[in-house]
Amino acid sequence: MALLETKDLGINFGGLRAVGDFNIKIEDNQLIGLIGPNGAGKTTVFNLLTGVYLPTEGSIYLNGENIVGKKPYEIVQKGISRTFQNIRLFKDLSVIDNVKMAFHHKMNYSIGAGILRLPYYWKEEKEIHEKALDLLKLFNMEKLAYATAKNLPYGEQRKLEIARALATNPKLLLLDEPAAGMNPQETNELMKTIHFIRDKFQIAILLIEHDMGLVMGICEKIVVIDYGIIIATGTPEEIKNNKKVIGAYLGE
Amino acid sequence: MEGIIKFLQQLINGIHVGSIYALIALGYTMVYGIVQLINFAHGDIIMMGAFIAFISITVLKLPIILVILISVIFCMISGILIEKIAYKPLRNSPRISALITAIGVSLFLENLFMLIFTPNPKPFPNVLKVYQINIGNLQISNLTIITIVVSVILMIGLDFFVKHTKTGKAMRAVSEDQGAAQLMGINVNTTISVTFAIGSALGAIGGILYSIAYPVIDPFMGIMPGLKAFIAAVLGGIGIIPGAMLGGFIMGIAESFTKGYISSQLADAVVFGILILVLSIKPSGIFGKNIKEKV
Amino acid sequence: MKSKLKPYIINTVAIIFTYVILILLMQTGIINSYYEGIVISIGINIILATSLNLATGYLGQLALGHAGFMAIGAYASAICTSMMNLPDLLQLIVSILIGGIFAGIFGILIGIPALRLKGDYLAIITLGFGEIIRVVILNMKITGGARGFRGILPLTSFNSVFWITVIIVLIIYTLINSRHGRAIISIREDEIASEAVGINTTYYKIFAFSLAAFFAGIGGGLYAHYYTVLDPASFGFMRSIEILIIVVLGGMGSLTGSIVAAIILTILPQLLLDFSDYRMLIYSILLIIMMIFRPQGLLGKTEFSLTKLFKITPNNKERSE
Repeated sequence: MALLETKDLGINFGGLRAVGDFNIKIEDNQLIGLIGPNGAGKTTVFNLLTGVYLPTEGSIYLNGENIVGKKPYEIVQKGISRTFQNIRLFKDLSVIDNVKMAFHHKMNYSIGAGILRLPYYWKEEKEIHEKALDLLKLFNMEKLAYATAKNLPYGEQRKLEIARALATNPKLLLLDEPAAGMNPQETNELMKTIHFIRDKFQIAILLIEHDMGLVMGICEKIVVIDYGIIIATGTPEEIKNNKKVIGAYLGE
Repeated sequence: MEGIIKFLQQLINGIHVGSIYALIALGYTMVYGIVQLINFAHGDIIMMGAFIAFISITVLKLPIILVILISVIFCMISGILIEKIAYKPLRNSPRISALITAIGVSLFLENLFMLIFTPNPKPFPNVLKVYQINIGNLQISNLTIITIVVSVILMIGLDFFVKHTKTGKAMRAVSEDQGAAQLMGINVNTTISVTFAIGSALGAIGGILYSIAYPVIDPFMGIMPGLKAFIAAVLGGIGIIPGAMLGGFIMGIAESFTKGYISSQLADAVVFGILILVLSIKPSGIFGKNIKEKV
Repeated sequence: MKSKLKPYIINTVAIIFTYVILILLMQTGIINSYYEGIVISIGINIILATSLNLATGYLGQLALGHAGFMAIGAYASAICTSMMNLPDLLQLIVSILIGGIFAGIFGILIGIPALRLKGDYLAIITLGFGEIIRVVILNMKITGGARGFRGILPLTSFNSVFWITVIIVLIIYTLINSRHGRAIISIREDEIASEAVGINTTYYKIFAFSLAAFFAGIGGGLYAHYYTVLDPASFGFMRSIEILIIVVLGGMGSLTGSIVAAIILTILPQLLLDFSDYRMLIYSILLIIMMIFRPQGLLGKTEFSLTKLFKITPNNKERSE
């Protein structure tokens, strides 16, 4: 059984079909690229998978369970986590607090235990403090743990958002243009990090990216969409030579 | 038959008050549209308009046209000054700080006028010989007709101004995107001043019409009509000019019917109830666009 | 463990110290019964402001109907006292708890539709609910209508207000510094991101909003049993604004800020009493000047901390405490 499978997924906005007949299969530990020209519906796919939009048709199976209609936070708890194209951090909070937020549903102490600061509170808070620091260490950000998120350089903000998404302990991580706005060197580093994350956490990653060369470099499988419809699926080699894809990118 | 007459009578009363609310609501909505601020002091502009008219009539004994003109000009200048002194420094601050400042300005104006004029209510002089026109069994006062006509003319004028004049277009551009408007060579500060001036002018006229309809004025008279007009603006979709007009009429009619058929004490609760109902169904007001935050 | 305990010891000492000083001042008559009334008002205002801060400062939802919840708490607790006959202190506690619970239930009922809205729309709908509560109270028999509710037993004392205020502020403080508090703050920071890290934002919005209402209800209960007379007119929209002014002036998202601002804004009008005519004029000018020069409020989002003041926490990493 695939980790994630969509069947004829589609959504209309006021009669306009943004995504349609979207069928995709993601296996455990797979690294897949989702590419397509501007406005092709890539982010809309992410919004459908994470429950931000309710699809007009079709279904989404996560480990065999249909998650259509579930709230975004429920889907996160079931194991799909994401980053945003236009970085959404908790800007005025510290870096470590940003990460701690994402441990919320993994913690158990009740509201009362938190208010009374029962031993359980201290134990769990200590645990997630260490976990958060460990995670930041993986991204070489432990020195920035107490910096305010909005003051970080752009690249670090992107990394923090990925760290935060990882803290929710996902099975599938959706990255929306993680390299946007980075210079080639930063992009290179980021791609290494993404590879590393996949291996270290043993998770599947679905990645939206504009830079074709970059996606080709790291993804095992690539899905190309245009006008909300999948026009090609395959290995980087297959995609490179696909006429439809070339047409979509360069114009017929 | 009597039932129908009563119904029509209430409807007309409602339109009468509603057109005043609509005039005041326009000031709220225009200011909100351009600086995203609930201008709490707008209710006090109404009060000032009424008081200036009061002095012009009783002390200066001026003819009605001059009375209106002086009151309008005074309020326009006040509106511009309020914006320049109190709101402009806060344009880049958290919006709630600007809101508190607006409340501060409101308290300031109320208490200033209370110091000058004492808190005692004053009878507003009869500037208009009110008589009733009978249409069948239906009675309409000339005041009602004048109020409605004046309001409608002003609204049409405003609509034309905003849509077809250069300044009006600048206003719309600034409310759409201040930064972009500035880059297009629009003088943002002037445009904001003009918006406050127009809103205040309409408020002054609204204040005078209100005082003629309810001929007792005091320094706190602006609070309730101000609040209701603001709700009218929200009801119609804040920032949207036709919305404010429609909202004003809905408020006036709802209030008039509640007073006529249920209880005058509950009128305020009904008015707020309508607001809650509308916002529950349509969170951005009747004409408001549902702007979903882009994810 | 030792460094964990130190802030507790310092703060406990500070609270007891404040209490003892106030008691001593009252015993010696330096704080006479008139000043004692001001101290009690300060306590009630602190409860109202810190609870509103929970909804507006931490949750980030601009609410303009706090006086409505205060009114529900005040009337419910006053009615409760009039129908029961327990020993004084127990009666007060039972009454204000019932007042708080009533306000909290209304907080949930109002919060569910209202919190779907955002920003100024939320502000205006909460204002509307607040006004409706007032008008309904005005038209009910059991509340005494426009004549007001009279003859409430004067059960509120300095002692009860002081300790209830301390307890409420502590509850809000520890809540905010728990995982649940973090969830609340995350909604203020970015609701979409909050949902995207697995936080049930609807639940926490309604929870924080109704908890704020609950505490406002308790504040109202104390108010009722201090003034012994309730008038619907005193729970109007201006009362909500007054509470909001305390919160903004102190700093949204700062409990100590709310406390300081509540003290200042309760005492200030008394100090200006000599200028009675100019009192509100000066107050409004100060308000405008304050906002222009310090729009983030006295303390912004930071907390005033005795521990930090005495530089006792050597480890900077523990500053989340």
